[in-house]
Amino acid sequence: MSFSNSIELLQFHWMAYTIYSFMIISVIAWFAYNLTKKEKAKAVVRIPFYTYMAFLVAGGVGHHIFTYNTVPWVSEDLTRHEITPDKTYHISIAKHHYSMPKEKILIACGEKVMFDVVSSDLTYGFGLFRKDGSMVTQMQVNPGSKNDLLWTFNHNGVFDLMSTEYSGPAGNAMFVPDAVEVRGCQRKVAMLEGGAK
Amino acid sequence: MSFMSDLIHGADGKFDVDSLSALQKVTLRAVVMSFLFYGLAAIEGMIMRVATVVPSIPPVHAQPEHYFSIMTVHPIVGIFGSTYQLVFAAFMFLIPYLTKKPLFSIKLANFVWIMITVGTATSWIAAFVWQYAPLYTLYWPLPADTEQFKIIGGIVFVLGVAMIMIGTLGFIYNIYATIFARVGIHKNKTTKELLISGFGIDGLFNLFHKLTGRQPYTKEPALSLPVVAIFRGTVDTFLDALVILSAGILVLVYLLADAGGLNWDVHAVDALLYKNWFWWGLDLVADGLVLIYVAGSWYLLATIITGQKLFMENVARAALMLELLVSWMVWSHHLLADQGQPEMMKLVSGEMVTAFELLTQGLALFITLMTLWKARPLKMTNELKYLLGGLVGFGLAVPAGIIQADMAMNRVLHNTQWIIGAHVHIAILVGLTMTLYSVVYVLFPIVTNNAKLWSQKLANIHFWLQLIGGIGMGAFMGMAGLDGMLRRHMYLNGEFSTYMTLAAIFGTMLLSAWVIFLFNIIMSVGLKGLIGIFLPAKNDIASYGLEEEEELEPVPAKA
Repeated sequence: MSFSNSIELLQFHWMAYTIYSFMIISVIAWFAYNLTKKEKAKAVVRIPFYTYMAFLVAGGVGHHIFTYNTVPWVSEDLTRHEITPDKTYHISIAKHHYSMPKEKILIACGEKVMFDVVSSDLTYGFGLFRKDGSMVTQMQVNPGSKNDLLWTFNHNGVFDLMSTEYSGPAGNAMFVPDAVEVRGCQRKVAMLEGGAK
Repeated sequence: MSFMSDLIHGADGKFDVDSLSALQKVTLRAVVMSFLFYGLAAIEGMIMRVATVVPSIPPVHAQPEHYFSIMTVHPIVGIFGSTYQLVFAAFMFLIPYLTKKPLFSIKLANFVWIMITVGTATSWIAAFVWQYAPLYTLYWPLPADTEQFKIIGGIVFVLGVAMIMIGTLGFIYNIYATIFARVGIHKNKTTKELLISGFGIDGLFNLFHKLTGRQPYTKEPALSLPVVAIFRGTVDTFLDALVILSAGILVLVYLLADAGGLNWDVHAVDALLYKNWFWWGLDLVADGLVLIYVAGSWYLLATIITGQKLFMENVARAALMLELLVSWMVWSHHLLADQGQPEMMKLVSGEMVTAFELLTQGLALFITLMTLWKARPLKMTNELKYLLGGLVGFGLAVPAGIIQADMAMNRVLHNTQWIIGAHVHIAILVGLTMTLYSVVYVLFPIVTNNAKLWSQKLANIHFWLQLIGGIGMGAFMGMAGLDGMLRRHMYLNGEFSTYMTLAAIFGTMLLSAWVIFLFNIIMSVGLKGLIGIFLPAKNDIASYGLEEEEELEPVPAKA
C-alpha cells in the first residue's frame, strides 16, 4: 500500500477517521444507555486493561510507522540533505510578495524538485494548491532559517502558489496563479470530485 | 410562581443572594463574566463563519483587516476571558471545598476575575479600535510590524494580555497558598508531604510497593486526586503565563522603541527560536493544563456522581505525573512544517512524545467510564450527561490531534481548517466546555445554597444543541480542511461556501445553546440575585462547610 499524492492520503484518512468517529460515539452512547439500566449489560466485547493500553500505544506509534512506510514524502523529507535534487528553484519573499524564478517552473513527472525559499522580513507560508483548492504540499517560511522543501510530483497538473501562514492582513493577497506545472505523468491531473474551486 | 416573579427573584424565590458567603460570591462573579465572554466569542465565531460565505457582512465588510482583528481576539476572549475564568472560578471554590480549608485570600480571588475581565476587554478594544491583528500566535516579528499595525494598538493589546497573565499568577498564588496552608486537616502535614502528594509521587510509591508485595506507602494520600490534578495543571498554567508574559515584554519593548524613534532590527530575535519558545509555552495550555485539569475534573465528577472511590486511583495519580512531563515535551508538533526545525525534535517531540497523549487521555477516559460503570445503575442527571458529552468530545479531538501530529499528515493538514475544526473546536466546545458544564451543574446547588434550576427541559435542549452543534461544526470545518481550506486566510469568493454554510448551521445551534443556558440560569437566580452577586457579601467566610466541623472554627478571609 502506498499513497502517491495528498488526495489519496486524505481520502483514506477521511474514511478511517469517519469510521473511528462513529465508533467512539457509539461506544459512549452504549455506555450512557446501559449506565441507567438495573440489569447487567451484556458486554459486546471484553477487552482486558493491558490490551487496551497496548492498543493505545500501538495506535499512537503505529500510525507514524504506517505513514512512514506508505507516504513517500516522509522519508524523502527526513533525508533531503543527502539527496541531490533534479532541479532547485530559488524563491524569495519580501513585503508580502513572492519573487519567482524568471523562467516558468516546469517539472517533468517523477523529478525530485527542491524549493528553496527565503523570507527577508516576516514568517510566511509556501503552499501549492490544485485548481480545485486542494493542497499539494506546503512548508513554513521563517526569516533567518533554511526553508527547503524536496518534492516528487507523480501527477500532472498546474498548481497555484499561496501563503499558508498568516503574515498580517496584507498577506491575504499573496497568490501566484499557475506557479508550477507538472507534465509527462501517465496519471491525469489529480483533483477532488466536486472540488471547492 | 409567575414568569415575572421568577425573572426578578429567581425560580420559586429560592435563591437567597444574602445567604452567600464571600467565597460563593467571588466564584459566581467569575462564572457570570465567563459566560458573557463565551457569548462574545460565539458571536465572533459566527461572524467569521458567515464572512467566509458572505464576506460583505458587517462588521467585516470584506476587509481582511477587520476579519483578522476579530480572529485575533476570538481566542483571547474564548480561552482567557471565558474558559480560564470559569476554570479558575471552579478551582478557587473546589480547593477549599475539597481540602476543607479556607481559600487563602478572597481579595486576591476578586483581583483575579477583575484582572482577567479588564485584560480581555482591553485586548478586545485594541483589535476593535486599531485593528491590531497579529493573531494569538504572535509569530515574530509580525506583532512588532508597525508598517501594518498601529503602535498604540499593539501596546494596548499587550497590556491587556499582560493583565490577564497577572490575574493568572494571582490565581496560581491563591491555589498553592491554600493547598500548602497547614490548617484544618493539613495542620499536622509537612510541606514535603504535601509536595510529594501534589506531584503524585505517593501514587507511584504505592504502585511500586504493591508490585513488590509491601504495605502501601500511604493509605490516605495527603491530597485527594482532583486536588492533585489541579496542583499539577497549575504548574503548566504558571509556566505558560511566564512564556506569554515574556513574549509580551519583547513585543512591548520593540513597539516602545519604535515609538521613541529607534529603528531596532527585529531580526536580532530569531523567528524560529522564538516560535519554539512561544509554542513551548502556549502548548502548555492545550496539551498541559487542559488535559490535566480535564482528567482531574473527570475523576472528581465520576466520584461525586457515583459517590464511590475512583477506579485504579494509584494509576490515575501516576498518569497525571506522566501527563505533566509529556506536556513539557510535545511542542514540536506545531513545527512539523518548519524545515529549519531539527528532524530529531520533529520525530521525538513532535511525533513520539505527542503520541503519549493518546495513552494518558485514553487512560483517563477508561478510568472515568469504569468508575461510572461499577456504580450502575445511575440516574441520567445533568452532570452525568454533560460528563459523557465531554468524554465524547475528547474521544474525537485527541485522536484528531495525534493524526495531524505526524510528518506525513502535517504536510497537507498544517494550518488548514482540519486543525482548528476537527481538533481544536471539538476539544474546546464539546470536550472541555461540556466537562465544565458538568462541573457547573454539580456546583450550582452548592454555590447558590440550593437555588432551583428554572427549567430541566431547557437544560436538556441546551445539552443536545451543544453536543450536536459542536460536533457538527467541527466536522464540517474539518472536511473543508481536508479539501484544502486554510484556517488563517479570508476567502473572498465563496470558495468553500457549502462546508461553511453547513458549519454555520451547526454554529447557530451552539449560539442558541448559549442563549438558552443563559436564560435558564437568569430565570433560576433572578435579575435581583444576579445583581446581588456583585454586591459585597454579608458573610465573609472563605471556606465551605467548615462550620460543621467540630474542631474547626469558620475561618474568615485574609486581608
